Amino acid sequence: MDNSIVEEIDHRAALKKNVLLWSVCIAITPMILVSCIILYQFRISYHQRVNAHLEELVAKHRQDIDTFLKERLGNIQVLAGNFSFENMSNERFLQERLNILQQNYGPVFVDLGVINFEGFQVAYAGPYKLKHASYSDADWFKKAMANNSEYYKSDVFLGLRGVPHFIIAVRRTSGDKTWIVRATIDFVYFNSLVEKIRIGETGFAFILNNEGKFQTHAVHDVAPDKSPYRDFLKYNNAEKKEIHIVEHADASGSTSLYVASFLKHGDWMLVYQQKSSEAFADYRRAVSIAIVIVILGCVLILSTAIILTNKLVRLLTKIDREKEMMNEQIVETGKLASIGELAAGIAHEINNPVAIMVGEAGWIEDLLEEEEFQASENMNEFKRALKQIHIQGKRCKEITHKLLSFARKTGSRPQDINVNELIEELVDLSAQRAKFSNVTIVTDFKEDMPSICVSQSELQQVFLNLINNALDAMEKDGGDIRISTRTDGNRVVVVVADTGPGIPSAVLNRIFDPFFTTKPVGKGTGLGLSICYGIIKKMRGEIEVQSTVGVGTTFLVKIPLPED
Amino acid sequence: MTEKENLTPSTRIKLLLVDDEEGFVNVIANRMSKRGIDATKALSGSDALKAIRKQDFDLAVVDLKMQEMDGIELLRILKKMIPEMPVIVLTGHGSERAAEDGMEYGAYDYLTKPCEMDELMEKIHEALARGR
Repeated sequence: MDNSIVEEIDHRAALKKNVLLWSVCIAITPMILVSCIILYQFRISYHQRVNAHLEELVAKHRQDIDTFLKERLGNIQVLAGNFSFENMSNERFLQERLNILQQNYGPVFVDLGVINFEGFQVAYAGPYKLKHASYSDADWFKKAMANNSEYYKSDVFLGLRGVPHFIIAVRRTSGDKTWIVRATIDFVYFNSLVEKIRIGETGFAFILNNEGKFQTHAVHDVAPDKSPYRDFLKYNNAEKKEIHIVEHADASGSTSLYVASFLKHGDWMLVYQQKSSEAFADYRRAVSIAIVIVILGCVLILSTAIILTNKLVRLLTKIDREKEMMNEQIVETGKLASIGELAAGIAHEINNPVAIMVGEAGWIEDLLEEEEFQASENMNEFKRALKQIHIQGKRCKEITHKLLSFARKTGSRPQDINVNELIEELVDLSAQRAKFSNVTIVTDFKEDMPSICVSQSELQQVFLNLINNALDAMEKDGGDIRISTRTDGNRVVVVVADTGPGIPSAVLNRIFDPFFTTKPVGKGTGLGLSICYGIIKKMRGEIEVQSTVGVGTTFLVKIPLPED
Repeated sequence: MTEKENLTPSTRIKLLLVDDEEGFVNVIANRMSKRGIDATKALSGSDALKAIRKQDFDLAVVDLKMQEMDGIELLRILKKMIPEMPVIVLTGHGSERAAEDGMEYGAYDYLTKPCEMDELMEKIHEALARGR
């Protein structure tokens, strides 16, 4: 492929790439930037909203549980405060009190017991056979008997009955006697208080004691990585008054939200946890929708940019080609003008010697008329030769006159032109070449052709091009070129028909394209016919081609007559 | 010797022939001589002006394109000096426009080189007849 064509293709590809890149960058960058900023702000806002909601939820339930524990403590404190050891030691009386509590509060209280200062249970009301049980070594008993508080709420433990429960113990001292009223709180009931804290599929709550042991059941499996709980338990007393939220990823990469709040004076920790994917589901859905919108926007921008870039590059290419054609046309016109100047110079230089030559021939004729030469036997031959010199001198004169006439018509200013005369001159100029190519040029002109007002040099260029193309096509085998003129309505029609090899139909519709040529490399630029097309279009005319392979090619040039 | 060659000097036409092509001037002068014209040859505008100061001429034939002083300029000077003298313009340039310019400056007519002697003689006689 021609280097210039390769360069043009490379240039066009580079231009396309640059325009596309810049237009896409300029359009997409602000959209992505704004989307990122909005999503970032939305993320912060959404996280704050979720955290606030969870804090409120956990705070409310902590308060509920604390209230429950305080109320149950109050119930037992009322019993211990209002009734004497003797009354309370009466199992029948104690059973009545238990019944009343169960009637008022449901199955919250499992049993009641009265324990003397030695840890011996002196009275018991409840479903287990625990009368006379000894709690002297029990941890809860020791803590309840300690002087720092009048009551004690234990952690959940199995104890003598072998089922999970916790107790509320109130210590009383009357006279020299110290005794304890103990109530067992139903674990199932207490557990249900915590279990009901549920949000969605993965949000649940549970209670841990200071040592990290579960005080209620966890609905779901808690994370195998216990580090968030351990971190919460390390808080000091002041920090334990706050509600803490952390987001933590486990070993599998799954992240969860952990909300911790302390109750029972910091002995227990209410933990709420939920998978982040669920807690922030709405946010993630919004992000997904935003990403889809941004991607669709990008695709739209990209496709629009590609379409516009293609259009722009096609337009620029067209402009470039038109510019190139115009330059070529200017060069061609310039060449014609140079040829014109050259022709004028040659005509002048030739005319003088020819004039002398013809003059000298005339002088010989004059001299031959003198008597002494009349008898010469070669007189007839002398006269024939001299006549021939006159004829050829006249021929030279005609040739130089045609050259000069051509030279005068190299301007591009529109002027009244008789097409017949213009073509006749071009035919004369091409006659020598036609003779060498064994081509006969026949003209068939309509008489009294009206003038058209166009640039003579440009019209010359068009017909010279058509005649030269026809001569090129018939250079090897010879043939005929028939040039006819006629009028068709308000148009002048010139038909240039040759009997050359014809143009294959596959390329016929491309012959007016710039740079399209069927001539061998180096012989044709592929611009001749496209320039002709441009010139005729500029004259508001038309140029058409008809061709049959093996028969010949016919060009029809239609040029409008002046309107007035 | 032809009949016209035998004309007495007083009846022969006196013509100033101006052209920078010596070969052309010589052959035309010779041929004119055989046709009853005494052609004084001038190879430039200045030669022509020198000749015209020395003698009177019935007519001048001037080439338009000359090296030193072109035919138009010479024509203008001749027309100022001897307005009644007819001047025929010859042009090897072949430019009708230049010849038409010559007509504007008072040339009788123009002929393009190479021209036939008969044609030139016809123009000369026409010009002289018009002048009389």
